[in-house]
Amino acid sequence: MNIPKELLYTKSHEWVKKNEDGTAYVGLTDFAQSELGDLVYVNLPQEGDIVTVEETFADVESVKAVSDVYSPVSGTVEAVNEELLDAPQLINETPYEAWFVKVSAITAEAEFLTAEEYEALIAQ
Amino acid sequence: MEKKTPLYDCHVALGGKIVPFAGYLLPVQYATGVITEHMAVRTKAGLFDVSHMAELVLEGPDALKNVNMLTTVHIEEMVDGQVKYSPMCNENGGIVDDLMVYRMGPEKYLLVVNAANHEKDYEWIKAHISGDVTLTDISEGVAQIALQGPVSEVILKKICNEADIPTKYYTFIPGVTLKTNKGDITEVIVSRTGYTGEAGYELYCKAEDAEALFMTLLEVGKEDGLIPCGLGARDTLRLEASMPLYGHEMNDEISPKEASLGFFVKMDKEDFIGKEAIIARGEPKIKRVGIEITGRGIAREQCKIFKDGQEIGWVSSGTHCPFIGHAVAMGYVEKEYAVVDTTLEIDVRGRKVEGKVVKLPFIKKDK
Repeated sequence: MNIPKELLYTKSHEWVKKNEDGTAYVGLTDFAQSELGDLVYVNLPQEGDIVTVEETFADVESVKAVSDVYSPVSGTVEAVNEELLDAPQLINETPYEAWFVKVSAITAEAEFLTAEEYEALIAQ
Repeated sequence: MEKKTPLYDCHVALGGKIVPFAGYLLPVQYATGVITEHMAVRTKAGLFDVSHMAELVLEGPDALKNVNMLTTVHIEEMVDGQVKYSPMCNENGGIVDDLMVYRMGPEKYLLVVNAANHEKDYEWIKAHISGDVTLTDISEGVAQIALQGPVSEVILKKICNEADIPTKYYTFIPGVTLKTNKGDITEVIVSRTGYTGEAGYELYCKAEDAEALFMTLLEVGKEDGLIPCGLGARDTLRLEASMPLYGHEMNDEISPKEASLGFFVKMDKEDFIGKEAIIARGEPKIKRVGIEITGRGIAREQCKIFKDGQEIGWVSSGTHCPFIGHAVAMGYVEKEYAVVDTTLEIDVRGRKVEGKVVKLPFIKKDK
């Protein structure tokens, strides 16, 4: 299972990449995509939408089921990875490149886990 | 506590993701994933463990009379080696289950029923048979393996004499000997049937022979593209092929006519359980239809269907279908909307997604 050291993680299996300018990229972990199976649809918020920590901001659908994706931060959606709308399989193929949204004006954060802590969580 | 099929250890060894289903522990998918498994069946071949299906035998001089009362098709027209699909109705014209009837002989019929309805069907049949007939549940001793896909015949020929392979859809050959890498296995029923909309076979063997047969097929079929497939692909395949599933498109209330299974309800039969009620219910007020999702998203079971803001029905099954490449659903709508090209809106978790009624089946292939 791929868990890059430089990223932060949540208990609900999102990854967060903090940028120097205070913004952050958010995506789904390798573990999450492997548990969900082949993804065929993704619903994303729109630019300018407000996201709230630990609340749903997107959902992903595999052939089997739909799953919510929770926001690890509160803030404003500055950019949306629209490529995923047409190619949701990118989340399966390269989960750490397939960011969902870039969030700016971050006002709150979930309790993040380090790569080691996240690894311990999914090993349970 | 869920039961294990005779192939449980194979699934684990093959990397199957095991889930509980209808009282059994079965693989929902292998490492290849649902889409790859689905596509293998549509283009090459896939192998399924369907040992959870239940097998009931009705035997005796009055077997024919009883099977005829329990089902809605003409059992008296069947010949040895023939299979028929039929709903089994209750007195209200609802559906107890849908099943496959195998005529093993003039006085012996094998009924293959859904795992989820195993006990219910046994009790129902037991309570409704009469005369000189015995009901035997042989499920424990029988494993069922489905080899499905356009190259199934090529693969089966490697372990089966050509004369023992049925050439016609919905026929079977009993008492077949198959060559496995653990030696010959005997008393196999080779049935040209399936639940994928593809050419293929359902092989009924003794539980103790299941592992040898399953692993041998995977080995000899590998060069032809055969891979093991799980319940996930079984569901997307049957949905793409527009086959109804009990508990989704059918239940104790819905009549076969509402389920668009009128073809399998022979009202010219002298009698069958539910006939009177089906007549009394008259023309169906709701109908099962196929829906192509034209908007973004997947309509799932129980999503409500709207037309011009008014609720007109519900989705009974829905998924993304890998072969046709978009999402489809089956659902029930008020009869006046059960017309091809009618546009609909489906409430998918609070969001309205557009769809339209299309002709069933979504795909049709040679079998």
